Amino acid sequence: MTAYLKLDHIDKSFARGGQVSEVLRDIRLTIHKGEFVSIIGHSGCGKSTLLNLIAGLTKISAGAVLLEDKEVDSPGPERAVVFQNHSLLPWLTVYENINLAVSKVFGRSKSKAERHDWIMRNLDLVQMAHASDKRPAEISGGMKQRVGIARALAMEPKILLLDEPFGALDALTRAHLQDAVMDIHSRLGSTTIMITHDVDEAVLLSDRIVMMTNGPAATIGEVLPVPLARPRRRIELASDRTFLRCREAVLKFLYERHRFVEAAE
Amino acid sequence: MSIQAIEDTKVKAFPAKPAEVVAFTAKTRRRIDLVSIAGKVASALVPPAIVIALLLVVWQVACSSPTASLPPPSQVWNEAYDLIAHPFFDNGPQDIGLAWRVLISLQRVAIGFGMAAVVGVALGALVGQSVWAMRGLDPVFQILRTVPPLAWLPLSLAAFRDSNPSALFVIFITSIWPVIINTAVGVRNIPQDYRNVARILRLNQLEFFVKIMVPAAAPYIFTGLRIGIGLSWLAIVAAEMLTGGVGIGFFIWDAWNSSRLPDIIVALAYIGVTGFCLDRLVAAVGAFVTRGTTAK
Repeated sequence: MTAYLKLDHIDKSFARGGQVSEVLRDIRLTIHKGEFVSIIGHSGCGKSTLLNLIAGLTKISAGAVLLEDKEVDSPGPERAVVFQNHSLLPWLTVYENINLAVSKVFGRSKSKAERHDWIMRNLDLVQMAHASDKRPAEISGGMKQRVGIARALAMEPKILLLDEPFGALDALTRAHLQDAVMDIHSRLGSTTIMITHDVDEAVLLSDRIVMMTNGPAATIGEVLPVPLARPRRRIELASDRTFLRCREAVLKFLYERHRFVEAAE
Repeated sequence: MSIQAIEDTKVKAFPAKPAEVVAFTAKTRRRIDLVSIAGKVASALVPPAIVIALLLVVWQVACSSPTASLPPPSQVWNEAYDLIAHPFFDNGPQDIGLAWRVLISLQRVAIGFGMAAVVGVALGALVGQSVWAMRGLDPVFQILRTVPPLAWLPLSLAAFRDSNPSALFVIFITSIWPVIINTAVGVRNIPQDYRNVARILRLNQLEFFVKIMVPAAAPYIFTGLRIGIGLSWLAIVAAEMLTGGVGIGFFIWDAWNSSRLPDIIVALAYIGVTGFCLDRLVAAVGAFVTRGTTAK
Protein backbone atom coordinates (compact mmCIF):
# COMPACT_ATOMS: atom_id res chain seq x y z
CA MET A 1 0.00 0.00 0.00
CA THR A 2 1.20 3.47 -0.79
CA ALA A 3 1.09 6.47 1.48
CA TYR A 4 -2.17 8.37 1.19
CA LEU A 5 -1.63 10.95 3.87
CA LYS A 6 1.86 11.69 5.06
CA LEU A 7 2.82 13.80 8.07
CA ASP A 8 6.38 14.77 7.28
CA HIS A 9 8.49 15.91 10.23
CA ILE A 10 5.90 18.27 11.61
CA ASP A 11 6.81 20.73 14.35
CA LYS A 12 4.37 23.12 15.95
CA SER A 13 5.12 25.87 18.39
CA PHE A 14 2.99 28.75 19.56
CA ALA A 15 4.53 32.15 20.20
CA ARG A 16 2.85 34.30 22.76
CA GLY A 17 4.53 37.54 23.64
CA GLY A 18 8.23 36.76 23.77
CA GLN A 19 7.69 33.16 24.86
CA VAL A 20 7.69 30.29 22.41
CA SER A 21 6.14 27.04 23.58
CA GLU A 22 6.80 23.95 21.57
CA VAL A 23 3.71 21.78 21.39
CA LEU A 24 4.57 19.10 18.85
CA ARG A 25 7.99 17.94 17.71
CA ASP A 26 8.95 15.80 14.75
CA ILE A 27 5.63 14.11 14.05
CA ARG A 28 6.11 11.45 11.38
CA LEU A 29 3.19 9.30 10.30
CA THR A 30 2.02 7.62 7.14
CA ILE A 31 -1.63 6.69 6.68
CA HIS A 32 -2.93 4.41 3.97
CA LYS A 33 -6.11 4.74 2.00
CA GLY A 34 -9.12 3.33 3.83
CA GLU A 35 -7.29 3.07 7.11
CA PHE A 36 -8.87 4.00 10.43
CA VAL A 37 -6.26 5.55 12.71
CA SER A 38 -6.82 6.79 16.25
CA ILE A 39 -4.60 9.27 18.00
CA ILE A 40 -4.64 8.83 21.75
CA GLY A 41 -2.87 10.69 24.51
CA HIS A 42 -3.39 12.54 27.75
CA SER A 43 -5.17 15.86 27.69
CA GLY A 44 -2.87 18.72 26.76
CA CYS A 45 -0.53 16.52 24.72
CA GLY A 46 -1.38 18.36 21.54
CA LYS A 47 -3.49 15.72 19.83
CA SER A 48 -6.23 18.22 18.96
CA THR A 49 -3.55 20.58 17.68
CA LEU A 50 -2.28 17.78 15.47
CA LEU A 51 -5.76 17.26 14.02
CA ASN A 52 -6.10 21.00 13.39
CA LEU A 53 -2.76 20.94 11.59
CA ILE A 54 -3.93 18.13 9.33
CA ALA A 55 -7.22 19.98 8.75
CA GLY A 56 -5.26 23.12 7.92
CA LEU A 57 -7.08 25.14 10.58
CA THR A 58 -3.76 25.83 12.33
CA LYS A 59 -0.54 26.73 10.53
CA ILE A 60 2.35 24.30 10.72
CA SER A 61 5.62 25.68 12.10
CA ALA A 62 7.87 23.27 10.23
CA GLY A 63 7.36 20.19 8.11
CA ALA A 64 4.42 19.40 5.86
CA VAL A 65 1.17 17.51 5.47
CA LEU A 66 1.10 15.63 2.18
CA LEU A 67 -2.19 14.31 0.83
CA GLU A 68 -1.67 12.11 -2.23
CA ASP A 69 1.84 13.58 -2.49
CA LYS A 70 0.55 17.14 -2.61
CA GLU A 71 1.20 19.58 0.21
CA VAL A 72 -1.91 20.94 1.94
CA ASP A 73 -1.61 23.93 4.23
CA SER A 74 -5.08 25.48 4.27
CA PRO A 75 -8.47 24.01 5.22
CA GLY A 76 -10.64 22.36 2.60
CA PRO A 77 -13.63 20.05 2.22
CA GLU A 78 -11.43 17.12 1.18
CA ARG A 79 -10.35 16.98 4.84
CA ALA A 80 -13.73 17.23 6.55
CA VAL A 81 -13.79 17.63 10.31
CA VAL A 82 -16.39 16.33 12.75
CA PHE A 83 -16.04 18.68 15.70
CA GLN A 84 -16.34 17.61 19.29
CA ASN A 85 -19.29 19.94 19.90
CA HIS A 86 -20.94 19.21 16.53
CA SER A 87 -20.71 22.86 15.34
CA LEU A 88 -24.02 22.76 13.53
CA LEU A 89 -25.40 26.18 12.67
CA PRO A 90 -28.37 26.63 15.01
CA TRP A 91 -30.40 28.82 12.65
CA LEU A 92 -30.45 26.16 9.94
CA THR A 93 -32.38 22.91 9.94
CA VAL A 94 -30.56 19.59 9.79
CA TYR A 95 -31.19 19.48 6.04
CA GLU A 96 -30.03 23.05 5.50
CA ASN A 97 -26.87 22.47 7.53
CA ILE A 98 -25.87 19.67 5.20
CA ASN A 99 -27.11 21.57 2.19
CA LEU A 100 -24.72 24.41 3.04
CA ALA A 101 -21.83 21.98 2.67
CA VAL A 102 -23.24 20.10 -0.32
CA SER A 103 -24.15 23.18 -2.35
CA LYS A 104 -20.69 24.61 -1.72
CA VAL A 105 -18.79 21.45 -2.60
CA PHE A 106 -21.06 20.09 -5.36
CA GLY A 107 -22.79 23.30 -6.47
CA ARG A 108 -21.36 23.00 -9.97
CA SER A 109 -20.94 19.26 -10.43
CA LYS A 110 -24.37 18.06 -9.27
CA SER A 111 -27.86 19.17 -10.28
CA LYS A 112 -30.34 20.33 -7.68
CA ALA A 113 -32.14 16.98 -7.63
CA GLU A 114 -28.85 15.11 -7.37
CA ARG A 115 -27.80 17.31 -4.48
CA HIS A 116 -31.08 16.62 -2.70
CA ASP A 117 -30.63 12.86 -3.17
CA TRP A 118 -27.06 13.14 -1.94
CA ILE A 119 -28.13 15.00 1.21
CA MET A 120 -30.84 12.46 1.95
CA ARG A 121 -28.48 9.55 1.30
CA ASN A 122 -26.01 10.93 3.82
CA LEU A 123 -28.76 11.55 6.36
CA ASP A 124 -29.89 7.95 5.80
CA LEU A 125 -26.37 6.78 6.41
CA VAL A 126 -26.46 8.19 9.94
CA GLN A 127 -30.15 7.30 10.36
CA MET A 128 -31.22 10.92 10.67
CA ALA A 129 -33.41 11.33 7.59
CA HIS A 130 -36.49 11.52 9.82
CA ALA A 131 -35.20 14.70 11.47
CA SER A 132 -34.22 16.58 8.35
CA ASP A 133 -36.60 19.49 9.09
CA LYS A 134 -35.61 19.86 12.72
CA ARG A 135 -33.28 22.50 14.05
CA PRO A 136 -30.20 21.45 16.05
CA ALA A 137 -31.78 22.73 19.27
CA GLU A 138 -34.66 20.28 18.81
CA ILE A 139 -32.57 17.09 18.66
CA SER A 140 -30.41 15.30 21.23
CA GLY A 141 -26.65 15.52 21.56
CA GLY A 142 -26.09 12.15 19.94
CA MET A 143 -28.33 13.09 17.02
CA LYS A 144 -26.47 16.36 16.55
CA GLN A 145 -23.22 14.46 16.35
CA ARG A 146 -24.77 12.10 13.78
CA VAL A 147 -25.72 15.12 11.69
CA GLY A 148 -22.19 16.47 12.14
CA ILE A 149 -20.86 13.19 10.75
CA ALA A 150 -23.35 13.31 7.88
CA ARG A 151 -22.26 16.84 7.04
CA ALA A 152 -18.62 15.78 6.95
CA LEU A 153 -19.39 12.68 4.86
CA ALA A 154 -21.50 14.74 2.47
CA MET A 155 -18.38 16.69 1.49
CA GLU A 156 -17.08 13.36 0.15
CA PRO A 157 -13.76 13.92 1.89
CA LYS A 158 -10.56 12.10 1.09
CA ILE A 159 -9.90 12.04 4.81
CA LEU A 160 -12.43 12.19 7.60
CA LEU A 161 -11.10 13.89 10.72
CA LEU A 162 -12.93 13.15 13.97
CA ASP A 163 -12.01 15.44 16.88
CA GLU A 164 -13.11 13.55 20.01
CA PRO A 165 -16.49 13.11 18.34
CA PHE A 166 -18.08 11.21 21.21
CA GLY A 167 -16.45 13.05 24.10
CA ALA A 168 -19.53 15.01 25.08
CA LEU A 169 -21.94 12.05 24.92
CA ASP A 170 -23.18 9.62 27.55
CA ALA A 171 -21.87 6.06 27.48
CA LEU A 172 -24.89 4.44 25.78
CA THR A 173 -25.17 7.06 23.06
CA ARG A 174 -21.44 6.84 22.55
CA ALA A 175 -21.64 3.09 21.97
CA HIS A 176 -24.42 3.58 19.40
CA LEU A 177 -22.40 6.19 17.55
CA GLN A 178 -19.27 4.08 17.61
CA ASP A 179 -21.25 1.30 15.94
CA ALA A 180 -22.58 3.79 13.42
CA VAL A 181 -19.05 5.00 12.61
CA MET A 182 -17.80 1.41 12.24
CA ASP A 183 -20.71 0.64 9.94
CA ILE A 184 -20.06 3.72 7.81
CA HIS A 185 -16.36 2.99 7.65
CA SER A 186 -17.01 -0.54 6.45
CA ARG A 187 -19.49 0.64 3.81
CA LEU A 188 -17.59 3.64 2.47
CA GLY A 189 -14.03 2.66 3.27
CA SER A 190 -13.32 6.24 4.23
CA THR A 191 -9.85 7.04 5.45
CA THR A 192 -10.36 8.26 9.00
CA ILE A 193 -8.30 9.86 11.71
CA MET A 194 -9.91 10.06 15.13
CA ILE A 195 -8.71 11.90 18.22
CA THR A 196 -9.77 10.19 21.42
CA HIS A 197 -8.82 9.70 25.04
CA ASP A 198 -10.92 6.56 25.42
CA VAL A 199 -8.81 3.40 25.26
CA ASP A 200 -11.68 1.00 24.50
CA GLU A 201 -12.95 3.26 21.77
CA ALA A 202 -9.53 3.44 20.15
CA VAL A 203 -9.05 -0.35 20.17
CA LEU A 204 -12.59 -1.06 18.99
CA LEU A 205 -12.52 1.28 16.00
CA SER A 206 -8.94 1.50 14.81
CA ASP A 207 -6.65 -0.33 12.46
CA ARG A 208 -3.76 1.42 14.15
CA ILE A 209 -3.48 3.42 17.35
CA VAL A 210 -1.04 6.30 17.47
CA MET A 211 0.03 6.98 21.04
CA MET A 212 1.32 10.42 21.90
CA THR A 213 3.88 11.22 24.59
CA ASN A 214 3.14 14.00 27.04
CA GLY A 215 3.82 17.61 26.17
CA PRO A 216 5.50 20.00 25.94
CA ALA A 217 7.11 19.02 22.64
CA ALA A 218 4.97 15.91 22.40
CA THR A 219 5.64 13.41 19.71
CA ILE A 220 4.47 9.98 18.61
CA GLY A 221 5.59 7.50 21.23
CA GLU A 222 4.40 4.30 19.66
CA VAL A 223 2.10 3.03 16.92
CA LEU A 224 0.09 -0.07 17.78
CA PRO A 225 -1.55 -2.13 15.03
CA VAL A 226 -4.89 -3.66 15.99
CA PRO A 227 -5.09 -6.99 14.11
CA LEU A 228 -8.79 -7.61 14.75
CA ALA A 229 -10.97 -8.82 11.91
CA ARG A 230 -13.90 -6.67 10.81
CA PRO A 231 -16.82 -6.44 11.30
CA ARG A 232 -16.09 -6.12 14.98
CA ARG A 233 -18.74 -6.68 17.63
CA ARG A 234 -18.16 -5.10 20.99
CA ILE A 235 -19.71 -7.91 23.01
CA GLU A 236 -17.63 -10.63 21.38
CA LEU A 237 -14.52 -8.49 21.67
CA ALA A 238 -14.98 -7.98 25.40
CA SER A 239 -13.40 -11.38 25.98
CA ASP A 240 -11.25 -11.53 22.85
CA ARG A 241 -7.57 -12.05 23.63
CA THR A 242 -6.23 -9.83 20.88
CA PHE A 243 -8.56 -7.05 21.97
CA LEU A 244 -7.48 -7.38 25.58
CA ARG A 245 -3.82 -7.48 24.62
CA CYS A 246 -4.14 -4.28 22.55
CA ARG A 247 -6.09 -2.63 25.31
CA GLU A 248 -3.44 -3.55 27.83
CA ALA A 249 -0.68 -2.25 25.57
CA VAL A 250 -2.36 1.14 25.27
CA LEU A 251 -3.07 1.30 28.99
CA LYS A 252 0.53 0.43 29.77
CA PHE A 253 1.78 3.12 27.46
CA LEU A 254 -0.54 5.75 28.92
CA TYR A 255 -0.35 4.90 32.59
CA GLU A 256 3.06 3.33 33.12
CA ARG A 257 5.51 4.72 30.62
CA HIS A 258 3.96 8.12 30.01
CA ARG A 259 2.00 8.88 33.11
CA PHE A 260 0.23 12.16 33.01
CA VAL A 261 1.88 14.60 35.36
CA GLU A 262 -0.39 17.52 35.93
CA ALA A 263 2.41 19.63 37.41
CA ALA A 264 4.22 19.46 34.08
CA GLU A 265 1.81 21.99 32.60
CA MET B 1 -27.31 0.73 35.85
CA SER B 2 -29.46 -1.49 33.63
CA ILE B 3 -32.11 -1.67 36.36
CA GLN B 4 -32.10 2.08 36.52
CA ALA B 5 -32.64 2.21 32.77
CA ILE B 6 -35.59 -0.20 32.94
CA GLU B 7 -37.18 1.83 35.68
CA ASP B 8 -36.76 4.95 33.64
CA THR B 9 -38.54 3.44 30.67
CA LYS B 10 -41.36 2.26 32.91
CA VAL B 11 -41.86 5.68 34.38
CA LYS B 12 -41.82 7.16 30.91
CA ALA B 13 -44.31 4.59 29.62
CA PHE B 14 -47.01 5.52 32.12
CA PRO B 15 -47.99 9.08 31.15
CA ALA B 16 -49.24 7.81 27.77
CA LYS B 17 -52.62 6.78 29.24
CA PRO B 18 -53.75 9.93 31.06
CA ALA B 19 -53.25 11.85 27.81
CA GLU B 20 -56.64 10.53 26.61
CA VAL B 21 -58.35 11.89 29.69
CA VAL B 22 -56.93 15.30 28.92
CA ALA B 23 -58.37 15.14 25.43
CA PHE B 24 -61.91 14.75 26.82
CA THR B 25 -61.66 17.86 28.95
CA ALA B 26 -60.51 19.97 26.05
CA LYS B 27 -63.70 22.06 26.00
CA THR B 28 -63.69 23.07 29.63
CA ARG B 29 -60.00 23.77 29.32
CA ARG B 30 -60.54 26.19 26.48
CA ARG B 31 -63.14 28.10 28.46
CA ILE B 32 -60.77 28.33 31.38
CA ASP B 33 -58.12 29.56 28.97
CA LEU B 34 -60.43 32.34 27.75
CA VAL B 35 -61.04 33.44 31.32
CA SER B 36 -57.36 33.34 32.12
CA ILE B 37 -56.54 35.26 28.93
CA ALA B 38 -59.09 37.90 29.87
CA GLY B 39 -57.52 38.06 33.30
CA LYS B 40 -54.08 38.51 31.78
CA VAL B 41 -55.29 41.27 29.46
CA ALA B 42 -56.96 43.01 32.37
CA SER B 43 -53.88 42.74 34.53
CA ALA B 44 -51.85 44.24 31.70
CA LEU B 45 -54.27 47.07 30.89
CA VAL B 46 -55.80 48.09 34.18
CA PRO B 47 -52.68 49.34 35.99
CA PRO B 48 -51.52 51.64 33.16
CA ALA B 49 -55.08 52.91 32.73
CA ILE B 50 -55.24 53.83 36.40
CA VAL B 51 -51.84 55.54 36.26
CA ILE B 52 -52.81 57.54 33.16
CA ALA B 53 -56.09 58.60 34.76
CA LEU B 54 -54.25 59.69 37.90
CA LEU B 55 -51.70 61.63 35.87
CA LEU B 56 -54.48 63.40 33.97
CA VAL B 57 -56.16 64.35 37.26
CA VAL B 58 -52.92 65.70 38.72
CA TRP B 59 -52.22 67.58 35.51
CA GLN B 60 -55.74 69.00 35.44
CA VAL B 61 -55.45 70.22 39.04
CA ALA B 62 -51.97 71.62 38.57
CA CYS B 63 -52.79 73.60 35.43
CA SER B 64 -56.29 74.78 36.31
CA SER B 65 -55.33 78.08 37.88
CA PRO B 66 -55.73 81.11 35.55
CA THR B 67 -52.02 81.90 35.87
CA ALA B 68 -50.92 78.43 34.74
CA SER B 69 -48.47 78.53 31.86
CA LEU B 70 -49.51 75.18 30.34
CA PRO B 71 -53.02 74.11 29.26
CA PRO B 72 -54.82 71.46 31.38
CA PRO B 73 -56.10 68.28 29.69
CA SER B 74 -59.64 69.62 29.41
CA GLN B 75 -58.42 72.61 27.41
CA VAL B 76 -56.32 70.33 25.21
CA TRP B 77 -59.38 68.19 24.56
CA ASN B 78 -61.54 71.21 23.66
CA GLU B 79 -59.10 73.16 21.55
CA ALA B 80 -57.41 70.28 19.78
CA TYR B 81 -60.52 68.13 19.42
CA ASP B 82 -60.25 68.06 15.64
CA LEU B 83 -56.73 66.68 15.80
CA ILE B 84 -57.65 64.01 18.34
CA ALA B 85 -60.92 62.85 16.79
CA HIS B 86 -60.03 63.02 13.11
CA PRO B 87 -56.49 61.79 12.51
CA PHE B 88 -57.09 61.36 8.76
CA PHE B 89 -58.75 64.65 7.69
CA ASP B 90 -57.36 66.35 4.61
CA ASN B 91 -58.23 70.01 4.01
CA GLY B 92 -55.58 70.97 1.54
CA PRO B 93 -51.80 70.81 1.31
CA GLN B 94 -50.89 72.24 4.75
CA ASP B 95 -53.98 71.36 6.76
CA ILE B 96 -54.03 67.59 7.21
CA GLY B 97 -54.67 65.15 10.06
CA LEU B 98 -51.89 64.09 12.40
CA ALA B 99 -51.94 60.50 11.18
CA TRP B 100 -50.97 61.72 7.70
CA ARG B 101 -48.19 63.77 9.22
CA VAL B 102 -46.93 60.77 11.16
CA LEU B 103 -46.93 58.69 7.97
CA ILE B 104 -44.90 61.32 6.14
CA SER B 105 -42.41 61.47 8.99
CA LEU B 106 -42.27 57.68 9.08
CA GLN B 107 -41.37 57.65 5.41
CA ARG B 108 -38.49 60.00 6.15
CA VAL B 109 -37.35 57.85 9.07
CA ALA B 110 -37.65 54.75 6.90
CA ILE B 111 -35.20 56.18 4.37
CA GLY B 112 -32.76 57.59 6.92
CA PHE B 113 -32.89 54.58 9.19
CA GLY B 114 -32.83 52.16 6.27
CA MET B 115 -29.53 53.65 5.14
CA ALA B 116 -28.23 53.60 8.71
CA ALA B 117 -29.15 49.91 9.03
CA VAL B 118 -27.39 48.89 5.82
CA VAL B 119 -24.26 51.00 6.37
CA GLY B 120 -24.24 50.24 10.10
CA VAL B 121 -24.30 46.47 9.64
CA ALA B 122 -21.59 46.66 6.97
CA LEU B 123 -19.34 48.90 9.07
CA GLY B 124 -20.06 46.86 12.19
CA ALA B 125 -19.06 43.69 10.36
CA LEU B 126 -15.79 45.33 9.33
CA VAL B 127 -15.07 46.56 12.84
CA GLY B 128 -15.98 43.19 14.34
CA GLN B 129 -13.81 41.23 11.89
CA SER B 130 -10.64 43.25 12.09
CA VAL B 131 -8.81 43.95 15.31
CA TRP B 132 -7.12 47.01 13.81
CA ALA B 133 -10.34 48.52 12.45
CA MET B 134 -11.76 47.94 15.92
CA ARG B 135 -8.90 49.70 17.69
CA GLY B 136 -8.94 52.61 15.27
CA LEU B 137 -12.65 53.17 14.81
CA ASP B 138 -14.19 52.22 18.12
CA PRO B 139 -13.06 55.35 20.05
CA VAL B 140 -14.31 57.54 17.20
CA PHE B 141 -17.69 55.81 17.24
CA GLN B 142 -17.94 56.03 21.00
CA ILE B 143 -17.43 59.79 20.89
CA LEU B 144 -19.61 60.53 17.88
CA ARG B 145 -22.53 58.51 19.16
CA THR B 146 -23.01 60.91 22.06
CA VAL B 147 -23.47 63.94 19.78
CA PRO B 148 -27.15 64.98 19.93
CA PRO B 149 -29.20 65.16 16.71
CA LEU B 150 -29.60 68.94 16.84
CA ALA B 151 -25.84 69.42 16.86
CA TRP B 152 -25.57 67.72 13.46
CA LEU B 153 -28.03 70.18 11.87
CA PRO B 154 -25.75 73.09 10.96
CA LEU B 155 -23.01 70.80 9.68
CA SER B 156 -25.28 68.74 7.50
CA LEU B 157 -26.95 71.88 6.12
CA ALA B 158 -23.57 73.30 5.27
CA ALA B 159 -22.50 70.04 3.66
CA PHE B 160 -25.63 69.26 1.63
CA ARG B 161 -26.94 72.83 1.00
CA ASP B 162 -30.42 71.40 0.76
CA SER B 163 -32.90 70.73 3.52
CA ASN B 164 -34.20 67.30 2.50
CA PRO B 165 -30.92 65.38 2.28
CA SER B 166 -29.75 67.18 5.42
CA ALA B 167 -32.80 65.96 7.32
CA LEU B 168 -32.21 62.40 6.13
CA PHE B 169 -28.57 62.72 7.11
CA VAL B 170 -29.49 63.84 10.63
CA ILE B 171 -31.70 60.76 11.06
CA PHE B 172 -29.01 58.57 9.56
CA ILE B 173 -26.17 59.88 11.69
CA THR B 174 -28.22 59.75 14.88
CA SER B 175 -29.29 56.16 14.49
CA ILE B 176 -26.25 54.50 12.94
CA TRP B 177 -23.99 54.23 16.02
CA PRO B 178 -25.82 51.59 18.03
CA VAL B 179 -26.20 49.51 14.84
CA ILE B 180 -22.45 49.63 14.21
CA ILE B 181 -21.44 48.97 17.78
CA ASN B 182 -23.86 46.11 18.39
CA THR B 183 -23.09 44.46 15.06
CA ALA B 184 -19.38 44.64 15.86
CA VAL B 185 -19.90 42.99 19.22
CA GLY B 186 -22.07 40.31 17.60
CA VAL B 187 -19.49 39.58 14.93
CA ARG B 188 -16.70 39.38 17.49
CA ASN B 189 -18.76 36.85 19.44
CA ILE B 190 -19.23 34.44 16.54
CA PRO B 191 -17.98 31.10 17.89
CA GLN B 192 -14.68 29.89 16.43
CA ASP B 193 -16.45 26.65 15.47
CA TYR B 194 -18.66 28.43 12.96
CA ARG B 195 -15.59 30.11 11.50
CA ASN B 196 -13.88 26.73 11.23
CA VAL B 197 -16.88 25.28 9.42
CA ALA B 198 -16.73 28.19 6.98
CA ARG B 199 -13.00 27.69 6.46
CA ILE B 200 -13.31 23.98 5.78
CA LEU B 201 -16.07 24.70 3.27
CA ARG B 202 -13.89 27.46 1.78
CA LEU B 203 -16.74 29.99 1.90
CA ASN B 204 -15.68 33.26 0.31
CA GLN B 205 -16.06 36.62 2.08
CA LEU B 206 -19.53 37.29 0.72
CA GLU B 207 -20.82 33.78 1.48
CA PHE B 208 -19.37 34.00 4.97
CA PHE B 209 -21.04 37.37 5.52
CA VAL B 210 -24.46 36.22 4.30
CA LYS B 211 -24.53 32.64 5.53
CA ILE B 212 -22.61 32.76 8.80
CA MET B 213 -21.94 36.27 10.02
CA VAL B 214 -25.35 37.90 9.67
CA PRO B 215 -27.37 34.99 11.08
CA ALA B 216 -24.88 34.38 13.90
CA ALA B 217 -24.81 38.04 14.87
CA ALA B 218 -28.53 38.57 14.26
CA PRO B 219 -29.54 38.88 17.92
CA TYR B 220 -26.95 41.61 18.42
CA ILE B 221 -27.81 43.29 15.14
CA PHE B 222 -31.46 43.49 16.10
CA THR B 223 -30.60 44.94 19.49
CA GLY B 224 -28.70 47.66 17.62
CA LEU B 225 -31.52 48.19 15.15
CA ARG B 226 -34.01 48.50 17.97
CA ILE B 227 -32.00 51.17 19.75
CA GLY B 228 -31.31 52.81 16.39
CA ILE B 229 -34.92 53.11 15.32
CA GLY B 230 -35.74 54.68 18.68
CA LEU B 231 -32.99 57.24 18.17
CA SER B 232 -34.01 57.96 14.58
CA TRP B 233 -37.53 58.70 15.73
CA LEU B 234 -36.05 60.99 18.40
CA ALA B 235 -34.28 62.89 15.64
CA ILE B 236 -37.42 63.48 13.59
CA VAL B 237 -38.29 66.82 15.23
CA ALA B 238 -34.79 68.14 14.74
CA ALA B 239 -34.73 66.91 11.16
CA GLU B 240 -38.07 68.44 10.25
CA MET B 241 -37.21 71.79 11.77
CA LEU B 242 -35.02 71.94 8.65
CA THR B 243 -37.33 70.64 6.03
CA GLY B 244 -40.58 72.30 6.97
CA GLY B 245 -43.52 70.78 5.12
CA VAL B 246 -46.05 68.45 6.62
CA GLY B 247 -44.22 66.04 8.95
CA ILE B 248 -45.18 65.57 12.58
CA GLY B 249 -41.88 67.07 13.72
CA PHE B 250 -42.40 70.23 11.75
CA PHE B 251 -45.97 70.39 13.02
CA ILE B 252 -44.64 70.79 16.56
CA TRP B 253 -42.17 73.45 15.50
CA ASP B 254 -44.95 75.23 13.61
CA ALA B 255 -47.42 74.97 16.50
CA TRP B 256 -44.83 76.42 18.87
CA ASN B 257 -44.28 79.38 16.52
CA SER B 258 -48.01 80.07 16.50
CA SER B 259 -48.41 79.34 20.25
CA ARG B 260 -50.81 76.40 19.86
CA LEU B 261 -49.77 74.51 22.97
CA PRO B 262 -52.68 72.00 23.00
CA ASP B 263 -51.71 70.94 19.44
CA ILE B 264 -48.17 70.29 20.60
CA ILE B 265 -49.39 68.10 23.42
CA VAL B 266 -51.53 66.02 21.05
CA ALA B 267 -48.62 65.73 18.62
CA LEU B 268 -46.39 64.56 21.48
CA ALA B 269 -48.83 61.78 22.24
CA TYR B 270 -48.81 60.76 18.57
CA ILE B 271 -45.01 60.70 18.47
CA GLY B 272 -44.80 58.73 21.68
CA VAL B 273 -47.29 56.08 20.57
CA THR B 274 -45.66 55.80 17.13
CA GLY B 275 -42.20 55.44 18.66
CA PHE B 276 -43.51 52.74 20.97
CA CYS B 277 -45.04 50.87 18.02
CA LEU B 278 -41.80 51.14 16.00
CA ASP B 279 -39.82 49.72 18.90
CA ARG B 280 -42.22 46.81 19.30
CA LEU B 281 -42.23 46.21 15.56
CA VAL B 282 -38.45 45.88 15.35
CA ALA B 283 -38.43 43.75 18.49
CA ALA B 284 -41.07 41.44 16.98
CA VAL B 285 -39.22 41.15 13.67
CA GLY B 286 -36.03 40.44 15.59
CA ALA B 287 -37.68 37.78 17.72
CA PHE B 288 -39.06 36.14 14.57
CA VAL B 289 -35.83 36.26 12.59
CA THR B 290 -33.52 35.13 15.40
CA ARG B 291 -35.75 32.38 16.79
CA GLY B 292 -33.20 29.76 15.69
CA THR B 293 -30.06 31.64 16.64
CA THR B 294 -30.62 32.27 20.30
CA ALA B 295 -31.45 28.67 21.17
CA LYS B 296 -28.33 26.54 21.21
